[in-house]
Amino acid sequence: MKQAVDWAAFPDARGHFGPYGGRFVAETLMGALEELQGAYERYMLDPEFLAEIDADLAHFVGRPSPLYHAERLSRELGGAQIYLKREDLNHTGAHKVNNTIGQALLAKRLGKNRIIAETGAGQHGVATATVAARLGMECVVYMGAEDIQRQSPNVYRMRLLGADVVAVNSGSRTLKDALNEAMRDWVTNVDDTFYIIGTVAGPHPYPAMVRDFQSVIGREARAQHLEMTGRLPDALVACVGGGSNAIGLFHPFLADESVALIGVEAGGEGIASGHHSAPLCAGRPGVLHGNRTYLMEDDDGQIIPTHSISAGLDYPGVGPEHAWLKDIGRAQYVSVTDDDALRGFHRMTRTEGIIPALETSHAIAHVLEIAPTMKPNQSLIINLSGRGDKDLNTIARLEGIQL
Amino acid sequence: MSRIAKRFSETQEAGRSALIPYVTAGDPDPGVTVPLMHDLVAAGADLLELGVPFSDPMADGPVIQLACERALAHGTSLRGVLDMVREFRREDADTPVILMGYLNPVERMGAEHFAKAAAQAGVDGVLMVDLPPEESAELTGVLESAGIDPIFLLAPTTSSLRMRHVADAARGFIYYVSLKGVTGSQTLDAGELGARLDSIRGLTALPLGVGFGIRDAATAAQVARVADAVVVGSAIVRLVEQYPDQPEQFRIAAAEIVRGMRTAMDAARMAEAPATA
Repeated sequence: MKQAVDWAAFPDARGHFGPYGGRFVAETLMGALEELQGAYERYMLDPEFLAEIDADLAHFVGRPSPLYHAERLSRELGGAQIYLKREDLNHTGAHKVNNTIGQALLAKRLGKNRIIAETGAGQHGVATATVAARLGMECVVYMGAEDIQRQSPNVYRMRLLGADVVAVNSGSRTLKDALNEAMRDWVTNVDDTFYIIGTVAGPHPYPAMVRDFQSVIGREARAQHLEMTGRLPDALVACVGGGSNAIGLFHPFLADESVALIGVEAGGEGIASGHHSAPLCAGRPGVLHGNRTYLMEDDDGQIIPTHSISAGLDYPGVGPEHAWLKDIGRAQYVSVTDDDALRGFHRMTRTEGIIPALETSHAIAHVLEIAPTMKPNQSLIINLSGRGDKDLNTIARLEGIQL
Repeated sequence: MSRIAKRFSETQEAGRSALIPYVTAGDPDPGVTVPLMHDLVAAGADLLELGVPFSDPMADGPVIQLACERALAHGTSLRGVLDMVREFRREDADTPVILMGYLNPVERMGAEHFAKAAAQAGVDGVLMVDLPPEESAELTGVLESAGIDPIFLLAPTTSSLRMRHVADAARGFIYYVSLKGVTGSQTLDAGELGARLDSIRGLTALPLGVGFGIRDAATAAQVARVADAVVVGSAIVRLVEQYPDQPEQFRIAAAEIVRGMRTAMDAARMAEAPATA
């Protein structure tokens, strides 16, 4: 990357990040997306709307989330100082709520009282059901039947919150199929329904809008790190499924060229095995779910089944801004296997007393590799994107323990 | 004149509304598709719409999702679909064939390569469900160079500004999605439909086809009164589920439903004739 990029110019007016992004949906949704884009552009400049979001983030979510210096882990690894952006301390236990607060308030402004969402690990579903309960809105969450099995505590949470959790039995019965089903609902009920997409993918304006709502992570982290150390971090590390926690952390640092941006995809059983969820590391550009981006597909352009130990990363696509950041070299993307993610999970739990989500554990695992190669006067920030309570069943089962 | 334009001038001349059955290529297995296409033409189809199976058919209801899964389980690929059209063309040089599907398989093959191969196979129109005109410049360009009509959708939710835009980009005919929802949805209001089509006719001289929600001969007849073409898909495709492992029975039932629609549509137009002649 030789010449300076005007980061504020992306996406363009039609939602393109270079060749990626855009709006690839059936005609019936084009009107709703135009309406949404208009509302998003108007309200993101509306001080009253922004103040309402800020107040909710402060008093309902508990922001700002701390930036925590993981001193013991840093010392043990003997390299860079490791800081954790504690999104796991948000209300509902993950970064997802930053976005659902914003979108639900937008839905209210648009007079739409029915909310739908897709969810993989259930974190976005819980965050959506939470704001819907608080605002008195009807809420339907689509979730792959397989994910319902492996994330049952979150399913129960959503139901307690009054959401209707619909099991999706088509296709691979995971996140991508839940997204298909939510799109079908939206196409059918487009007049009174607002679709809260949980990641930085989908048709324009979702990738830009979700990024903007999640960028509070990076804005806070940047100011906190500066205040704590007097300098910028050397690297940011975050897990990438669709990529919302990563883009939320990365975006406010894009112009800080000294800061390396590292996204960690789910390597599943290893890239060579073919059983993984790492489109940026091993996929090709294509079109799915309303945007052009890197995908996992076969030679006929059919989307292929993905695998990850973590339901939240088990997705064959990725946000288009990540695709673009990869191509232009501003961010780098690596993968971490299921086994390594589990090692990251246990190491963080035992060393710092923080039980991370399995998604987040991928980012931790990568830091276990790179921190020792850095100097003690360097630092990096891990986005501790969610807490691991929801994964206890999965982990226990892997270890042969019945909870 | 393209096969699509020629066929519409014939049906309009005859005072008929064209009947366009949709089947998913390769469903229930690839061997059925070409004989089925011939059966449908013999039963009264004027054009054929051939669905290209996709793993993630976002705009389709459960009937066509399952059809895609069955076709993909039998290894149906975009290249395989083009082979089917080529085989169909050996015996039928006149009936226009429109491919309907999703963009990704076409992108994977490469837009230009696809357009050339499709034209050589005898494809007349291409409708990509997830490709609105705003994103279509590349594909539309290569399709038109290859002599294939890019077909676009209009919906009840399309703004009048976009309607103009879509009408400008469209060739062959315009496919009006008669209701909000996925394919195979329930209800259709024929009265409101007439008014909608009238407003679109102010923007384009292209024939207007109507699809989504046409379940039986009675609905087809209602739509035939106001539309230049009637597209019927899920009503045919769901017959596969009625005759699992009996492809011959499925073909007979599919031809029967098309024949019934044809008769009802022509009778409805006939009844209208004195008033409109």
